Amino acid sequence: MTKISVKVNGKRYDVPDVEPRMLLSDFLRDRLGLTGTHVGCEHGVCGACTVLVNGDSARSCLMLAVQTDGADILTVEGLGSPEELNVLQSQFREHHGLQCGYCTPGMLMTGEDLLRKYPLATDEEIREGLSGNLCRCTGYQNIVAAIRSAAAMRTGKES
Amino acid sequence: MNKDHRTDLSDVLRPKNVGAAMKRTEDPRLLTGFGEYTADRKPDQALHMAFLRSAQSHARIARVDTSAALEAPGVVAVLTAEGIAGDFKPVIPFSRMANYYATPILPLASGKVRHVGEAIAAVIATSRYLAEDALELIEVDYERLQPVAHAEAAVTEDAALLHEEAGTNVLVAREFKQGNVAADLAAAAVRVGGRFEMTRKAALAMEPRSYSAEYDKRRDALTLYTSSNIPGIVRDAISESLSLPGHRLRVVAPDVGGSFGSKGSLYPEELLICIAARKLRRSIKWTADRLEDVSSSSQAFAEIVDAEMGFDEHGIATSLQADVIGDVGAFSIYPWTCGLEPVQVVSFLPGPYKIRSYRGAVRGVATCKPPTGPYRGVGRPISTFVCERLMDMGARALKIDPLEIRRRNLVRAEEFPYRIASGIIWDRTGFIDCLEAAAEAAGYDQLRKQQSEVRKRGRLFGIGIASYAELTGIGSRIAVAPGMPINTGSETAKITIDSTGGITAAFGVASHGQGLETTLAQIIADDLGACFEDIRVIQGDSDEVPMSTGTYASRSAVLGGGAAKHASEILKGKIKRVASHLLEANADDLEVSQGKVAVLGTDRTVSFKQIAKAVYSDMKTLPVDAREELTASYTYDPINGTTAAATHIAAVEVDPATCFVKIHKFVVAEDCGRIINPMIVDGQVHGGVAQGIGAALFEELIYDDDGQLLSASLVDYVIPSAPEVPIMEVVHVESESAVSGGFRGMGEGGTIGAPAAIANAIADALSPLDIDVSVLPMTPERIFRLIQNAKHRAKEKS
Repeated sequence: MTKISVKVNGKRYDVPDVEPRMLLSDFLRDRLGLTGTHVGCEHGVCGACTVLVNGDSARSCLMLAVQTDGADILTVEGLGSPEELNVLQSQFREHHGLQCGYCTPGMLMTGEDLLRKYPLATDEEIREGLSGNLCRCTGYQNIVAAIRSAAAMRTGKES
Repeated sequence: MNKDHRTDLSDVLRPKNVGAAMKRTEDPRLLTGFGEYTADRKPDQALHMAFLRSAQSHARIARVDTSAALEAPGVVAVLTAEGIAGDFKPVIPFSRMANYYATPILPLASGKVRHVGEAIAAVIATSRYLAEDALELIEVDYERLQPVAHAEAAVTEDAALLHEEAGTNVLVAREFKQGNVAADLAAAAVRVGGRFEMTRKAALAMEPRSYSAEYDKRRDALTLYTSSNIPGIVRDAISESLSLPGHRLRVVAPDVGGSFGSKGSLYPEELLICIAARKLRRSIKWTADRLEDVSSSSQAFAEIVDAEMGFDEHGIATSLQADVIGDVGAFSIYPWTCGLEPVQVVSFLPGPYKIRSYRGAVRGVATCKPPTGPYRGVGRPISTFVCERLMDMGARALKIDPLEIRRRNLVRAEEFPYRIASGIIWDRTGFIDCLEAAAEAAGYDQLRKQQSEVRKRGRLFGIGIASYAELTGIGSRIAVAPGMPINTGSETAKITIDSTGGITAAFGVASHGQGLETTLAQIIADDLGACFEDIRVIQGDSDEVPMSTGTYASRSAVLGGGAAKHASEILKGKIKRVASHLLEANADDLEVSQGKVAVLGTDRTVSFKQIAKAVYSDMKTLPVDAREELTASYTYDPINGTTAAATHIAAVEVDPATCFVKIHKFVVAEDCGRIINPMIVDGQVHGGVAQGIGAALFEELIYDDDGQLLSASLVDYVIPSAPEVPIMEVVHVESESAVSGGFRGMGEGGTIGAPAAIANAIADALSPLDIDVSVLPMTPERIFRLIQNAKHRAKEKS
């Protein structure tokens, strides 16, 4: 058992007994109770479990919890609340960018990462940025629209 | 194309919810991580289950030794078929079909295994990690049997039998006939045909299957949380199997992360987790990993169709015949049977066309693979693929434009209701309207001009059309699966206003992405006269309605929506009766809207809250006999159900170097009747088309000759990601259906039309090379081979 100390969504957790083999996704879901991070494939392809680790998107199913000792993690629970959605969440709702909602936390975290780092000037760029996140419900069109809209709001101009 | 149906004056004056793009009630929780999927459940001191699954495709189980696993840390129990033999009755997927053999659903393999991935033993431990550790300590001795990997080989005389007691690998055989096909084909001006195939496919919902059986010691009762779209059917089947009445077995489908049919059958794991929870008197959880999900959930398609169509010299299709062999896998699924997918192929093969004579024969053949089961579109993706390919082949042979040949053959407005040659009856639907609307939206003539331009430069550019029709919202007169004894023809809505004025509407239908919490509330808001945001919709909970089956077969808008309308109407009657006392007005002079009852032409109103108080809480306001409980329940049965239809048009280009297909344009014109929420309808079409693109270009479960799955990871089983899916344009032809509310079901259509449209577009693109498309998916590898073969043929000719 290993002791780790992580900051998740701004809150510090000191956990004394983490099995070295425990996946970050299981740690977040089962130890911290943050079940918003979903597990879709456990082999790093579907992207449903995407979280931000020290500001970069990462597959929480491909990381061990112990690797994040000292890290700053952001999960979907840290974006906004049901009463007050953040910009990207509200654009997903506005553009119907989710149906079953299972891939959604991963889409949002990848979207946040893209919005923070890239110009997202074209749909091609948005689609390329999303290519590591699978959605089976929406056909992506409305997810792209939501991110396009959030990107425009980021610079102050409405799409 | 949207027509305004709001002719009633009061409808125009009142704010309408049905027809509006209401934002979804589900979204705030799902966007913030506050949804609750089955795997998110945290029952008290839950145990975790893990399965040892067969590595062999066909073998006798000589010995299972669980002793070492039982000693492993954290292990509470290890279950095998022997150990649970007395704890349940097998579930039989019964059907009245002739020539059908029903294989029983068993929670764990007994005696032999019939596909790789079949569960042999289950470890129950204090954590998932420890349960999976212990799996490795279980020893299984197999005696290998001859694999039965391919359907066409499985019907030969020397093939091993998967189910010896059936005496054959043909688990179901049927034939549909009308008219004299042989004579009509002989008389045809042109005959086209071929051997078509859609390979095995996974539904691949993003949430893997997941169950949480939560045990209540105080009354030996179970609540099964399940990622199912048929919680009512699961409740009834497990109740029967475990002899546990419905008031001690509650089945809930909480937030469910997609299904597309793969969560629409009773699964052995679902049965076993309930058996185990009861046996151990503990709550138990299980969530499949992706490999388990792909190798044990029901799969799709896997059919080969030898088909031929005859046309007269004017391009009128006169005759159609087909022999279908469906590779149904190792078992018949519950409740739909192994006939569901392959039989639908021959039921729907004539499509929306007036073909005079027809013969369609089908065999569903057992192989050592997971069972096929419901998948978005059921049977119709391949029946449409075959029929639409034949239409295009006929058009080509007769030098008629593909659009024109469909105009000549589609059932026209004045001809409904129309009974097609396989016996299915289409009610009035905009077949021609969809065709014309799609052509207009796609700029069909312009696309053809563009094609002839780019072809001159050697580019492989093609245009494909596919028209189809489907039965949706099927009522009690037609079984969803052939000969199946379960009532799939009705659904119940129970709407209650409680003593605080809160409105709760309970349904048995179970959304897994369709947004029924939103759309059903839209219907109730209009018909009850309530505010949309005041209505709470509960769904997918067997405790809420006495009987339900669930959400499948494009039925919930029609059946759930119809039930909602009728229950709202009854409850509105009660509200008016109370309000007429309170307002001292005639009930006929009252109007109910936005949670208030008003006397027409006055400013006198009373709110639902005041009405509820008068009924439940005040002892003086109303006479005793006027205190009717503000609740209404209605079970709606649309008897026949209704038709839905669409035309899809795709423009694609094949890159001759990489053999990748680029979709330049995709247009859908669909008729789903009165639209409840256009935003949700568009979303359903987009998602359906994206899955159809997967079926057309990428997705294939490849089993080798030993029955081993070669494409079980998401690296090998490729579903479309954002860059592969084009912008989709959706046009709505809103012709109202005859069912309550005028709705039609529409969740499956995208997946029905897209593979055929893309196949036709690829065939059109490759037509200068004289290449036909007869197998889907058209992967780059298949296209490469087709082009290579065509080059060889051309060389040989010259």
